[in-house]
Amino acid sequence: MDAPGDRAGREPERIILPDGTAVGDPDVGLSPDDLRVLLRWMVVARRLDRECIALQRQGELTVYPGYEGQEAAQIGSAFALGPDDMVFPTFRELAAALVRGVDPVRYLWYHRGTWHGGPYDPRATRFGPICIPIATQIVHAVGYALGQKLDATGAVTIAYFGDGSTSEGDFHEGANLAGVWKVPAVLFCQNNGWAISVPTAEQTAGEIWRRGAGYGMPGVLVDGNDVLAVYRATRDALARARAGDGPTLIEARTYRIGAHSTADDPTRYRDEAEVEAARAADPIARFRTWMTATGHADEALLTAYEAEAEAFALGVRDQLTAQGAPPVEWLFDWVYAAPPEAFERQRGEALG
Amino acid sequence: MSEWTMSGALNAALRDALREDPRVLVYGEDVGRSGGVFRVTDGLQTEFSAQRVFDTPISEAGIAGTAVGLAFAGWKSVIEMQFDAFSYPALEQVIDHVAKMRMRTRGRVDMPITIRIPSFGGIKGKEHHGESPETYYVHTAGLKVVVPSSPLDAYRLLRHAIADPDPVVVLEPKARYWTKEAGELTTDGLAIGRGRVLRQGDDVTVIAYGTMVARALDAAATVAEEGVGVRVVDLRSLSPLDEDLLQRCAEETGRVVVVHEAPRTLGMGAEIAARVMELGFDSLEAPVARVTGWDAPYPPASLEQHYLPSVERIVEAVRATVAY
Repeated sequence: MDAPGDRAGREPERIILPDGTAVGDPDVGLSPDDLRVLLRWMVVARRLDRECIALQRQGELTVYPGYEGQEAAQIGSAFALGPDDMVFPTFRELAAALVRGVDPVRYLWYHRGTWHGGPYDPRATRFGPICIPIATQIVHAVGYALGQKLDATGAVTIAYFGDGSTSEGDFHEGANLAGVWKVPAVLFCQNNGWAISVPTAEQTAGEIWRRGAGYGMPGVLVDGNDVLAVYRATRDALARARAGDGPTLIEARTYRIGAHSTADDPTRYRDEAEVEAARAADPIARFRTWMTATGHADEALLTAYEAEAEAFALGVRDQLTAQGAPPVEWLFDWVYAAPPEAFERQRGEALG
Repeated sequence: MSEWTMSGALNAALRDALREDPRVLVYGEDVGRSGGVFRVTDGLQTEFSAQRVFDTPISEAGIAGTAVGLAFAGWKSVIEMQFDAFSYPALEQVIDHVAKMRMRTRGRVDMPITIRIPSFGGIKGKEHHGESPETYYVHTAGLKVVVPSSPLDAYRLLRHAIADPDPVVVLEPKARYWTKEAGELTTDGLAIGRGRVLRQGDDVTVIAYGTMVARALDAAATVAEEGVGVRVVDLRSLSPLDEDLLQRCAEETGRVVVVHEAPRTLGMGAEIAARVMELGFDSLEAPVARVTGWDAPYPPASLEQHYLPSVERIVEAVRATVAY
């Protein structure tokens, strides 16, 4: 079955059905090792997400936005990126960040209230700062992609955003500029069905992927819970951008299994039956089934991944909870490259 | 010695910056083919290519937001918001990202972005073409804000703004674009953060910026005939403020009048009055006076002379402050 939120019209591109069987040719050009890496990241990412929710409940994180159910959308797309490609994420892309090599402890400084934006190095990791204001990062991505085009780097920028973002003016401005400037960008929408409490049907009367045509770029609809289909759609969009053919809008239909954030109570606005139906379309279960059936994985390997995920999550916990409050100097340290005198006087006043 | 209009001097500043630094880009609405609605970017696209000087769709948030992305990629954008009140769609990008991104990246990514905004009134403009948006930008930590009052200083301030590693908002007084000044264009001289004294006097200081500087000088000439010595300060840099100069004026003249077009409430006059009090209270002989636009929306062309501080209103405030 499709992820809830699906509309009438085109069927999403799909390689592995929710029951774990393949439709069509499942060969997307990935080696068995690569396929196992995808599975391993999905298992690790889910375990880390659950650890983060526990950390929040225990007071070690401030509000935390979970991504359970969206692992395939994030990992399949991030895995398709080349080392020089750039990412501009929202606040819910920790799974993609892991694939990009971002240190999860540094990343989680954000949700621990240690630092805003990008506590990790956004240039070294090619993973932009966590972005909260909704859709603003799409415009940053288009600007970065314009820079890539001017420098003829051959690299591409991917912007992540949600279904709710597509209602913002910055989505329109970013998509329009991307089309007009024909920049090497991939606009990757994770339509997870809900923008806090508002379902996609109340967010937009049309289908998101169809808007690509309006901006002069291809629109692609893909099953966001099918990691191979997501990988293939992203890989093709990246290749198109690298060839100088401009941006692509991808709508990956997935489902937000959990709350919008740890501060949210979804029982106030959606039926548990819908969530249960979505669980039946779980991205990890279906990929695991297919991997096992095709002989790429077995029970021993899955057990090993789960043990690895457990150790990984606990390692992140240990390092994170050892992190105390940052020094007060940080209030002032990076506001200006060339700090004004009056600002320096205030710094002196604050630090005593 | 050459004579420059402010529009021409700003154009020269952009040309020299584009020439000296291949990472500088100039873009915005109508800045390419047309050369800008005030001709500030005239001829630049022809000289530097449509890759470095280009038109955008009507998309202010897009203009400001792409400058952020370009800064990540190592480019220095000089962007134009076509008119003061048209800069508001970009406020989210400017406040949330342009101003904060250096701090958000812990100093790893500078935001050397220059935001040029033709601003203020006095040209019988249409609705939304005469506003004074400075408080929004001055109130935002992470930005620097400058306002030139004359052609040669406009060149200097814009060059300094483009060279600054931090984002700088340059509010260009539309009513001064076609005023002329003779001299050589140079970046030598006062930096961002410094005001300048344009007329010496010991009885009272009048602080103004942009178009109001010329009116302050006219008012000073008027009361000079009455034997009142007015020091006229061109503030130039609204953020950061030249605290040393404010303190010196308070101590040396004991009386301060602030003039601006923006509405009085939370206008620059409020901040300057507070700083003058903090820095020079013991020297003050009179309350700091404010001559400002009214706390009403900017009016239609036929009423703007009743909204903008006139020479007469400045003269009255100076007389009252001296007589206090």
